[in-house]
Amino acid sequence: MITLSHVSKWYGSFRVLDDCSMAIAKGEVVVICGPSGSGKSTLIKCINGLEPFSKGHITVDGISVGDKSTNLPKLRSRIGMVFQNFELFPHMTATDNIVLAQQKVLNRDRATARAKSEELLARMGLSEHAQKYPSQLSGGQQQRVAIARALAMDPIAMLFDEPTSALDPEMITEVLDVMVQLALDGMTMAVVTHEMGFARKVAHRVVFMDQGAIVEDAPKEEFFGTPRSERAQLFLSKILQH
Amino acid sequence: MFSVFDVAVLQRALPFLWNGMRLTLQLTTMAVAGGLALGLVLAVMRLSSVRPLTWLVAAYVNFLRSMPLILVIFWFYTLVPKIIGRSVSGFDSVLIAFIMFEAAYYSEIIRAGISSLRRDQISAALALGLTRIQAMRYVVLPQAIRNMIPVLLTQSIVMFQDTSLVYVVGLRDFLTSADIVASRDNRPIEMYLTVALVFLIICFSASRLVNKLRRRYAL
Repeated sequence: MITLSHVSKWYGSFRVLDDCSMAIAKGEVVVICGPSGSGKSTLIKCINGLEPFSKGHITVDGISVGDKSTNLPKLRSRIGMVFQNFELFPHMTATDNIVLAQQKVLNRDRATARAKSEELLARMGLSEHAQKYPSQLSGGQQQRVAIARALAMDPIAMLFDEPTSALDPEMITEVLDVMVQLALDGMTMAVVTHEMGFARKVAHRVVFMDQGAIVEDAPKEEFFGTPRSERAQLFLSKILQH
Repeated sequence: MFSVFDVAVLQRALPFLWNGMRLTLQLTTMAVAGGLALGLVLAVMRLSSVRPLTWLVAAYVNFLRSMPLILVIFWFYTLVPKIIGRSVSGFDSVLIAFIMFEAAYYSEIIRAGISSLRRDQISAALALGLTRIQAMRYVVLPQAIRNMIPVLLTQSIVMFQDTSLVYVVGLRDFLTSADIVASRDNRPIEMYLTVALVFLIICFSASRLVNKLRRRYAL
């Protein structure tokens, strides 16, 4: 469903992405990990065209992301994205956050959009918070609203950019639970995260990046058994100690 | 006491002063509205990724902000009729001058308000499939406007005070009207004290309002 072939990106002379190729099949959950600054976030932001790339090709559902004639807003509306800092719109209630793009992008009428919002908030266990503003919600609640906002667009795939790294430890679980359920429901997912417990539970594949390159791309069992690259072994030993 | 401050003089002059105040208020509101509209356009142009546009706007803003307002008023008073080839009322030329001048300041305030938003707010809007214009309208501007309302209001208070400069092109605003009465009746103390008091009341209550808004809308 999502393919990246030989994607490179430079900021001036600094290479952020170095010849990255990978594919995510329909229903597949891929966890992308690696040290900070390795280009993970940049890579998934390239998938929905939020970050332009300098070389290579990316296609989503057969549509080329880098092509100038591609209707990017339309393509983006079919791919959900969840950010590290939630990025809920602070001047809108949880419901309005979820309703906005349904109305403005998918042209759903307000009643339909609100019904969808209610259904999703219920699924996230947030029904009683529907009319609250983001500042009145905890980090974990905000991130679940953000997931609901993305799901309201009925996306064909979901991208997660470190969805739990801005959260206090006690809130990480509530967000991961939602993501696990989503994975079990068969959603196609690309998840940048250091939560190896999540990877173990639901990932099909783990991609390890370092210095802008994909160093390792292996089925979960293989990755956690014995990663082939030394750098991935070192990384794993560091983050699994805790 | 009455010989120093004659209330009767003031009472007689009230209708005349009120006419002056009407002109001042009219000029202020029209200039604020026009300045905001033009300022918004300029800010969006300056924030665009089209290089020539950003340079053009930067040049405009920096140029006008380096000029004394009174000079700009003079210019438009003499220039506009020459450019369009027919005479223009003093009010219209002054209004254009104020709009163009204030727009330079407003655009900088608006630009700062928009730039202060985290970049990922825009990314989040775009990721949902909103177009850039929709992201601006529904996500960026509503937040940016909250941030900038206090500063915009402060700038508008300054502009309200600056309207007294229209004196130089012979328009009868509030201050000019008071000045006319002062010399006609030879009562400068009553007139100038009244003008000061009125400006004080209006500007002081407006800046109290600004502080209130600042506290309420702090995001």
